[in-house]
Amino acid sequence: MDKGKWLMITTGVIIGCLAVMLVAMGNPANMGFCIACFLRDTAGALGFHQAKAVQYVRPELIGMVLGAFIAAFSTGEFKGRGGSSTFVRFVLGIFMMIGALVFLGCPLRDIIRMGGGDLNAVVGLAGFIGGILCGIYFLRQGFNLGASKSDNGSQAGAYIFILTVVGLLLMLVFRFNINPSGGGPLFFSTAAPGSQHAPLWIALGAGLLVGVLAQRARLCLSGGFRDFFLIGEKGMLLAYAGIFLAVLVLNLYLGKFNLGFAGQPIAHTNHIFNFLGLFLVGQCAVLLGGCPLRQMILGSEGDMDAAATVVGMIAGAAIAHNFLLASSAKGTTNLGEIVLIGGIVIVSVIGWAYREVDA
Amino acid sequence: MSALSVGPTGRWMRNMETLDVKGLSCPLPVLKTKKALEKGHNELQIDGNSQVSLENVSKFASSQGFAVKTLKDNPNDWSIVINK
Repeated sequence: MDKGKWLMITTGVIIGCLAVMLVAMGNPANMGFCIACFLRDTAGALGFHQAKAVQYVRPELIGMVLGAFIAAFSTGEFKGRGGSSTFVRFVLGIFMMIGALVFLGCPLRDIIRMGGGDLNAVVGLAGFIGGILCGIYFLRQGFNLGASKSDNGSQAGAYIFILTVVGLLLMLVFRFNINPSGGGPLFFSTAAPGSQHAPLWIALGAGLLVGVLAQRARLCLSGGFRDFFLIGEKGMLLAYAGIFLAVLVLNLYLGKFNLGFAGQPIAHTNHIFNFLGLFLVGQCAVLLGGCPLRQMILGSEGDMDAAATVVGMIAGAAIAHNFLLASSAKGTTNLGEIVLIGGIVIVSVIGWAYREVDA
Repeated sequence: MSALSVGPTGRWMRNMETLDVKGLSCPLPVLKTKKALEKGHNELQIDGNSQVSLENVSKFASSQGFAVKTLKDNPNDWSIVINK
């Protein structure tokens, strides 16, 4: 087996093991890693939404950004670039987050949920693959958001994302508070699941390791399926198998495996909207060139369009909770269902509008 | 497009088709390479500026039976020729 395949499997297995470890050390169940949930919690911690149960600056995300930055910088891959339909990417980031919060998880958490025995995640996976196929349809029609540019070679813009994340880490470590009576600028949940978290430095270290590995392996939860359907490339699927099997085996060993639809942690059983939630995520991920995790990693490599997409996802989290679109363990919301379907239509229109005339 | 130009020896020569994939999101570099090869080119120069696209395009070209020759290989500025 070649080096690339080993890197994929190793990356997958390590991420799976860390995910179970983080849950054992305090993270919410089946939520060792979830880019969407963690961005949502971070948006809450910054006061962008007021859902008291989901407010915490997740150190895993900070670690991922710093790990990917270190990996990219040390290999000479860190480079400021941007200007590829940035606002459209921001909007796609919003819809990608809304889809994830109707399902209750990003594609990475979907695999982790499957490893915990949550069958709703299997429905979600089917939707995710459906969304990817829909995105591929637009790619085949010539979809292209345009080339990004390095402009005059300045790296200043690329460092803004990294420095913002470092600033967030410092605020978290020192529990920065300039408004003691009202709280803030950081808000922290006192009840589950925002209050459930692994110790800060362990979560940060786990994120750091995942950031390095994901950058080197070019891990992308949509890219593997996309490339399989588009050009028959199967390498990335090994990473998915690695994550799933590591989580499954460790959950079985720890007695945390619970097969079924009902009563799964931070999940609901609305099959149609579990399917459609990740359908929208898959569709957006293909049009954006990568899943939520990949957007984080690209942003850490100096891709300012990806950084804008991450900010779009944070805005999407705030919108999802302020407009009551996000699902909960009790189920979906009426408005969430309507906006989700509207989102699939809007993203499809974007997919169609941005097809390029064959050169 | 292919065109004729005067080569270094003073004789007419055919210019190689060049594909620019700089700054494109995944998987467009591979998709554009695939489309160019489907037009029947047996030789193609591809210029790009990200390691990911270099890895993906090279892997795809090899899987299609093309030999990959590197003209320039900097982390953020590369150029290859594929042919068979």
